[in-house]
Amino acid sequence: MDFVEKSIQKVNQLGAGGGGGTDSKYFQTTKKGEIHELREELANPKMEKKKEAVKKVIAAMTVGKDVSMLFTDVVNCIQTVNIELKKLVYLYLINYAKSQPDLAILAVNTFVKDTQDVNPLIRALAVRTMGCIRVDKIVEYLCEPLRKCLKDEDPYVRKTSAVCVAKLYDINGELVEDQGFLDMVYDLLGDSNPMVVSNAVAALAEISETSELGQKVFQINTSTLQKMLAALNECTEWGQVFILDSLALYCPSDGREAESIIERVTPRLQHANSAVVLSAVKVMIKYMDLITSQDTLKALYKKMAPPLVTLLSSEPEIQYVALRNINLIVQKRPTILAHEIKVFFSKYNDPIYVKMEKLEIMIKLASERNVDQVLMELKEYATEVDVEFVRRSVRAIGRCAIKLERAAERCINVLLELIQTKVNYVVQEAVIVIKDIFRKFPNRYESIIGTLCENLDTLDEPEAKGSMIWIIGEYAERIDNADELLESFLESFDDETASVQLQMLTATVKLFLKRPAETQKMVQDVLTLATQDSDNPDLRDRGYIYWRLLSTDPEAAKQVVLAEKPNINDDSFTLDPSVLDELITHLSTLASIYHKPPSTFITGRTRMVPTLGGGAHDDEYEESDANITSDMMDGGMGGAQAAPPAMPAPSAGGLADLLGLDDEIAAPAAGGGGMGGAASLAPPGMADLFGGPPAPAPAAPSAKVVLPPDRGEGMQVRSAFVAQNGRVFQQITIENHSPAPLSGFAIQYNKNSFGLVPESPGALGQVMPPQLAPGQSHTGLMPLTATGQPQDSKGHVQMAIKNNVKVFYFQDQCDVLAFLSADGRVERGAFLEQWKSIAQEAALDVQGIGPANENVDSLCPKLEASNVFFIARRKLDGGADMLYFSVKTLNGVVMLAEIGLRPGQGMGRVVVKAQQTPYVSLLAESLKAKLLS
Amino acid sequence: MTASAVFILDMKGKVIISRNYRGDVPMNCVERFSGHVLEAEANDERPVWLEHGTTYIYIKYNNLYIMAVTQRNSNAAMILLFLYRLVEVFKDYFKELEEESIRDNFVITYELMDEMMDFGYPQVSEPKILREYITQEAHKLEVVKPPMAVTNAVSWRSEGIKHRKNEIFLDVVERLNLLVAANGTLLRSEILGSLKMRSYLSGMPELKLGLNDKLLFEATGRRTGGRGLSKGKAVEMEDIKFHQCVRLARFENDRTISFIPPDGEFELMSYRLNTQVKPLIWIEAVVEPHSHSRIEYMIKAKSQFKQRSTANNVEIVVPVPADADTPSFKTSIGTVKYAPERDAIVWSIKQFHGGKEYLMRAHFGLPSVSNEEEKKDKPPITVKFEIPYFTVSGIQVRYLKIIEKSGYQALPWVRYITQNGDYQLRMG
Repeated sequence: MDFVEKSIQKVNQLGAGGGGGTDSKYFQTTKKGEIHELREELANPKMEKKKEAVKKVIAAMTVGKDVSMLFTDVVNCIQTVNIELKKLVYLYLINYAKSQPDLAILAVNTFVKDTQDVNPLIRALAVRTMGCIRVDKIVEYLCEPLRKCLKDEDPYVRKTSAVCVAKLYDINGELVEDQGFLDMVYDLLGDSNPMVVSNAVAALAEISETSELGQKVFQINTSTLQKMLAALNECTEWGQVFILDSLALYCPSDGREAESIIERVTPRLQHANSAVVLSAVKVMIKYMDLITSQDTLKALYKKMAPPLVTLLSSEPEIQYVALRNINLIVQKRPTILAHEIKVFFSKYNDPIYVKMEKLEIMIKLASERNVDQVLMELKEYATEVDVEFVRRSVRAIGRCAIKLERAAERCINVLLELIQTKVNYVVQEAVIVIKDIFRKFPNRYESIIGTLCENLDTLDEPEAKGSMIWIIGEYAERIDNADELLESFLESFDDETASVQLQMLTATVKLFLKRPAETQKMVQDVLTLATQDSDNPDLRDRGYIYWRLLSTDPEAAKQVVLAEKPNINDDSFTLDPSVLDELITHLSTLASIYHKPPSTFITGRTRMVPTLGGGAHDDEYEESDANITSDMMDGGMGGAQAAPPAMPAPSAGGLADLLGLDDEIAAPAAGGGGMGGAASLAPPGMADLFGGPPAPAPAAPSAKVVLPPDRGEGMQVRSAFVAQNGRVFQQITIENHSPAPLSGFAIQYNKNSFGLVPESPGALGQVMPPQLAPGQSHTGLMPLTATGQPQDSKGHVQMAIKNNVKVFYFQDQCDVLAFLSADGRVERGAFLEQWKSIAQEAALDVQGIGPANENVDSLCPKLEASNVFFIARRKLDGGADMLYFSVKTLNGVVMLAEIGLRPGQGMGRVVVKAQQTPYVSLLAESLKAKLLS
Repeated sequence: MTASAVFILDMKGKVIISRNYRGDVPMNCVERFSGHVLEAEANDERPVWLEHGTTYIYIKYNNLYIMAVTQRNSNAAMILLFLYRLVEVFKDYFKELEEESIRDNFVITYELMDEMMDFGYPQVSEPKILREYITQEAHKLEVVKPPMAVTNAVSWRSEGIKHRKNEIFLDVVERLNLLVAANGTLLRSEILGSLKMRSYLSGMPELKLGLNDKLLFEATGRRTGGRGLSKGKAVEMEDIKFHQCVRLARFENDRTISFIPPDGEFELMSYRLNTQVKPLIWIEAVVEPHSHSRIEYMIKAKSQFKQRSTANNVEIVVPVPADADTPSFKTSIGTVKYAPERDAIVWSIKQFHGGKEYLMRAHFGLPSVSNEEEKKDKPPITVKFEIPYFTVSGIQVRYLKIIEKSGYQALPWVRYITQNGDYQLRMG
């Protein structure tokens, strides 16, 4: 009530301004007893009075007041010829029907009547509103009127009805399927009116996104394709977006088809509406994968670059969307914008979020040709006021150096100039990136260490301090007063953060190994500080190890601590190719802005498998963006970093692994200043202290690495799909190559061709130990079910594994043979009948079949073992051997196969037919592989 | 791919009006929006963000936020464009869009929101067409029907338009964007051109526009800069964007610009050229700071266009330190003012003829004590100007053919003007 009154007061004060409306008066009559008064006014037989009253009700609703108690009174006004009053009542209904489902039924009669009105506006209004009243009981009454309106003579009614089918599907999908509405909408694709066509496209696209039937709802074939392309030229700009977005989901059969569709889509690049342009770009980039001719590609690049650049002249919000998309486009097709780097230079008045995105793209486009210009710009940015932007700009200089070896020196010079500005955060960022450059190009630019050392006092952030200390330790032999410098840092040892302390410890040990004479006392002090005074287990452990190493075998210590470090690359900002491809098909959508596949942030009802850890992903996005700089550190620094942040205390078993007793993990796990490579060097006496190496479970030979450790931040994943006892399992081997224990494993599948999902959300956790110590590996057999909804037919299974570090995305290919059920034998008569009724679906010629596989007697048992069942055999006159098989997938798709062999020639042919076609080509491929195995 | 709901909020994040299109996102999610926008740091004003599974997409207009929410993988570009279109339509209806105008017109606002988007899918968004059937006078007895244009291929123009005098006005407006580094190197120059039309033509006129488009000349075998045009050269536009009335497929095919125009004012096309142009007005600034006592500026402005052209209302804005005081100026032309609210000197020159050069000197006092640590913002010098009867790209309208079946004669009027766009010269 207060709220209402306040806003009314405000309106009163301001009076009636604006565009001449006087509606504000309806906000004014709110006082005690209002509801009662309104009720009386609503019952007034005079239409004008009634309308005034309804307006007051809507006004109250607008300011957030609950007027649902007037439901009956308002609905009683519905039978009117006055369209304005009708609209108001409908508006009220949309808002309150859900809270008064029983009363909403009262309105049904009027709705049904209105769908037969002479005025198409009213017919459409009724259909539109009915669909918005999400009350189950109403839905049943909707069907008949909707059926009529889908065939209405007026296109305005038809275009509204098409969307209504999508609404209805959202409320009750089964009903829509049973009533045959899907076919009716599908028919509308051939409508003579372009807006009807585009709305039908939108409705079908939406339904196929949510439906159990998946893409079957909206299969684009040659004839629908032509209809859509024809409508593309004539429909509204929004309709063009609907059509283009659907085209982006279609997979052309070959390069020629792709090219011809692109040709029809290209004119859209000239549309004034940026959404049309971006959707057209999406279709083109996706289809380009099928085009092999370099000339064609070059011509397309030339056409796409100017419209992309023009997007940067639009409103900043659109620019932001465009830049996030261009970031992906530049990764997928770097050539398109290779010569346009200047358009990504920041303008003074760009919003900061635009500047940040431009910066990212600048680095991606930086090349030896343009690096001087880029550096000039970055230097300019480093003098701006926004601290975060300045920091990123300085880091960008370092990333340029790491990316472009020949420009590294110029980058260093710019950084040195920036250090001279003495601006605190500029100097700190510069030190951090210089450390990365030293890592990347050792023994090249050490002459600048002197300048760095002049700025020690400026450093007050842990990351910068740690970097400087690392540099001092690494180049201790070049810095005359390295001991003094370190000493000065050590004074505040207790006050430093854990990461800085670890760096101090390692740096001091390095210094000692290089100049033992003067620094003996110092190293002893540090080791004491680390092992006795500290309560940080990481620090203590590392201290003990150093101590023992040093006391047992200083030579071994040297080899361990001063070992060569693995190379670093600036690839931390590039996406995995499979993820990139997926994101490209989602250009212009939210996925392309978050740079995450939709399944990771959509928690829809039927569409997606449950997400990992509930809302964790949202936070993850926020976090990953906010901490983008520290992400870079992880990737850029690799082994140079003292210890990953928040490393949990290792158990006794973990200690063994810290030393890298397992040969296999030694090299990549060079954390802690080169601890790796110690395996063979560890003195025998230490074995009993640390215990023996853990025995990793051997991975199956066929399991391939789907996530290499450099992408998994130390976690390596092997995967294989295996069939056992009529069930599918994913055999997952996780190896920990990182210096820290991994834990909290969880897995999630994206929608895939087989509808495969882990049997339970925690399936991976059940077959994996709660924690994997560094160097440890474990293999688990995770049961899968085929209860998800299948998508596309490529056989990919995209998945994400989450651990205590973050979420990693990768994919594996599942052989359809692993997905067959044991009851796939079809009775011969039925086989014959089906075989005849289906036209040829997928056929493959095979050459180079080995003699064993040409022999039917040895081939059949082999196939039967994979649940490919032998049905019949036929010998042809020419000596050819025709074999017939049947299979049934775990989700119930029956397929028939014919294998024709010409014994002695090593040649054959595989033909696969099925009523439901998603797997025919996969099965053909698999059978071919079997023949060649 | 759709929006679930659209909100219009005031600057405090309070909802003025909203429309729930899909009912799949709780409407109280708007509280999160208010929290986020009001608390957001200056550097986190991203127009699209995700929180607890809900994506918020918003724009700002006047003292309003216009915001959409969704929980799907919606088409963000489309939603943003739609929000902008919503603003345009409201402006067309209410003259100005602000909190009060929405309250004063809330009934029609609801109607428009209902008509322009259905189930989260944008539908009709042409103000002129909407006006034909979404009106507050609709309660009169006559039966209002949806205009044919709503669903037609020509969705931007109704039939039966009549004007006593058939006229069409065409303004060619070019804006020059410029970015110059502190050392005087030209980093970027870009021409953004726009062809704005005001069409007062009866019936369903078919229009064809001819420009001195280089690609067209090449395609038709016409020699560029030769016999075809008596003078001037052909212009190569890097990217062209057309109003939806232009037949894009036809343009792609033979570069003919053919269309049935909407009635009244609209932007027919816009184009972009990235060629290196000589900065029309070049500024050189020499700054002599004497810290703790004074700072002196010597600004040289030079017009680098033909003598017969004139730049009007030239305004050169030179930023000065925030703590500068006691200004004094000396100039040979125009007036100089210190604008302390902008921390800048504004040098205005009413008429700046081509091929001229002028000088301005400024002198400021500086406080004897200042915060050395604080980093100074370094805004660039900006320049405003207008040069009539001139396009920097050299683009020309060669013809505008108007054919209507009633056979009337219509007169096209064409004007040219070049203005500054984002015209920035960084200071050292």
